[in-house]
Amino acid sequence: MSDVRVAGTGVTPFGSTPERTSRDLFARASQTAFEDSDVPRDDVEAVFYGNFMGELAEHQGHQGPLMAEAAGVQAPATRYESACASSGAAIREAVVRIRNGEADVVLVGGAERMTNLGTAGATEALAIAADDLWEVRAGMTFPGAYALMAQAYFEEYGGEHEDLAHIAVKNHENALTNDKAQYQSAIEVSDVLEAPQVSSPLGLYDSCPISDGAAALVLTSEDYAEDNDLEAPVAITGTGQGGDRMALHDREYLARSPAAREAGAEAYDDAGIDASAVDFAEVHDCFTIAEVLAIEALDIAGVGEGISAARDGRTTADGETPVNLSGGLKAKGHPVGATGASQIAEAATLLSGDHPNSEFVADATTALAHNAGGTVASATVHVLAEVEP
Amino acid sequence: MSDAVGDAGFDDWLDAAAEGEADALECPEGHGSLPPRHVCPECGATDLTAVPLPDTGTIETFTVTHVPTPAFEDDAPYATAIADFGPVRITGQVVNADLETVENGLEVALEVTVSETTGERVLGFEPA
Repeated sequence: MSDVRVAGTGVTPFGSTPERTSRDLFARASQTAFEDSDVPRDDVEAVFYGNFMGELAEHQGHQGPLMAEAAGVQAPATRYESACASSGAAIREAVVRIRNGEADVVLVGGAERMTNLGTAGATEALAIAADDLWEVRAGMTFPGAYALMAQAYFEEYGGEHEDLAHIAVKNHENALTNDKAQYQSAIEVSDVLEAPQVSSPLGLYDSCPISDGAAALVLTSEDYAEDNDLEAPVAITGTGQGGDRMALHDREYLARSPAAREAGAEAYDDAGIDASAVDFAEVHDCFTIAEVLAIEALDIAGVGEGISAARDGRTTADGETPVNLSGGLKAKGHPVGATGASQIAEAATLLSGDHPNSEFVADATTALAHNAGGTVASATVHVLAEVEP
Repeated sequence: MSDAVGDAGFDDWLDAAAEGEADALECPEGHGSLPPRHVCPECGATDLTAVPLPDTGTIETFTVTHVPTPAFEDDAPYATAIADFGPVRITGQVVNADLETVENGLEVALEVTVSETTGERVLGFEPA
């Protein structure tokens, strides 16, 4: 089975560009990815595109062909929707397609236009990732759902808001040198604790921003990369996906993410590694508590121990296993459909030495990318590895 | 959703809850679920029977939402909780209680209320 190479990556700056359509954003990201890859557009055999709220934000369905067209690619194109894990799911399909030998070159990525909806409109749109009948109609918002998990976590394992604040501080710190990040500003623990509440115990600085942006990857088979002498030093060596009951109240645990554990176990097994081999990880920190649940599900921290990982310096840039060196969703931004692909782009450039934060992981060979949908009713995990020359 | 067309199963359940007669569905293995269901989501059993919910449930986690969706703009701040009702857990809005008094372990009863913003029915809890 062929490894899948990351031949090129492209990510737009994440932030507030309400006037830009998602086709505009994805065209920019894919242009950068093609330039980075040296792969001609004519060689692309399939396009997999992640997007969540295009119908609500842009009144646009059937986005696969639209995005292939925007990218200048003539190939069959399909949109993947799995809430915030949309492009993670698209990447998994791309990886499987290449491994099966059905394609040698795939364009994969995602985009989201959100800020044109305003805060209330984007909050409403994000909420549709939850069960409409049994959660949303009771007034549960997306931050509210993670707040329910945070409160349940504190009850079960202990910890306090100040522990979560250290995660926000860390991720803002990591984003200082990332010129794609929505927030390149340092914050302090007191800023997090004193920020307006969104949904208790989570406040404004526990929450990722509402963002516009796109990310694209050109993935190829190992044979194609070698035959064409591509500079593609990073491979996707493992893929996994997990699922769970849709509504949080229907899950066995309110403060754990079994879908992420399932996805991680499958990806580790696929790559032939375990968690101890992971040098750094990009995880889905849509809210500070989400990073805790993610690193526990991925065995980067023990159950009940993830809460203190940032505070104790285990996941900081100079820690044992740096988490979210890109700034994470928290500081880099979270254009929902683009996030999974941007995580792979960040991890690949961190591994190849081309990222402003690569110095913190100079000896790293293995990275993890974790993308989660809704309250983690869906999750994908990918393992990336530096290819030995 | 202000559709004139309702949601079969869900609306009937709210009607029953308003009368104090809410049920859960249970499969032969004892897995509980909420309607509309044709199959047990845990084990795939198709033999589901309605069992009455207990009069009260216990709050397992809660949050006070300050930034709502537009459908709850005039309701905020409000408390949302997940309560254990035996065969099922339910998500609801805690009403008829000071927000400061909402806590884990609080005993609550189902109370079908309405959104102050839209007038739509909302599944709620009130202290028992």
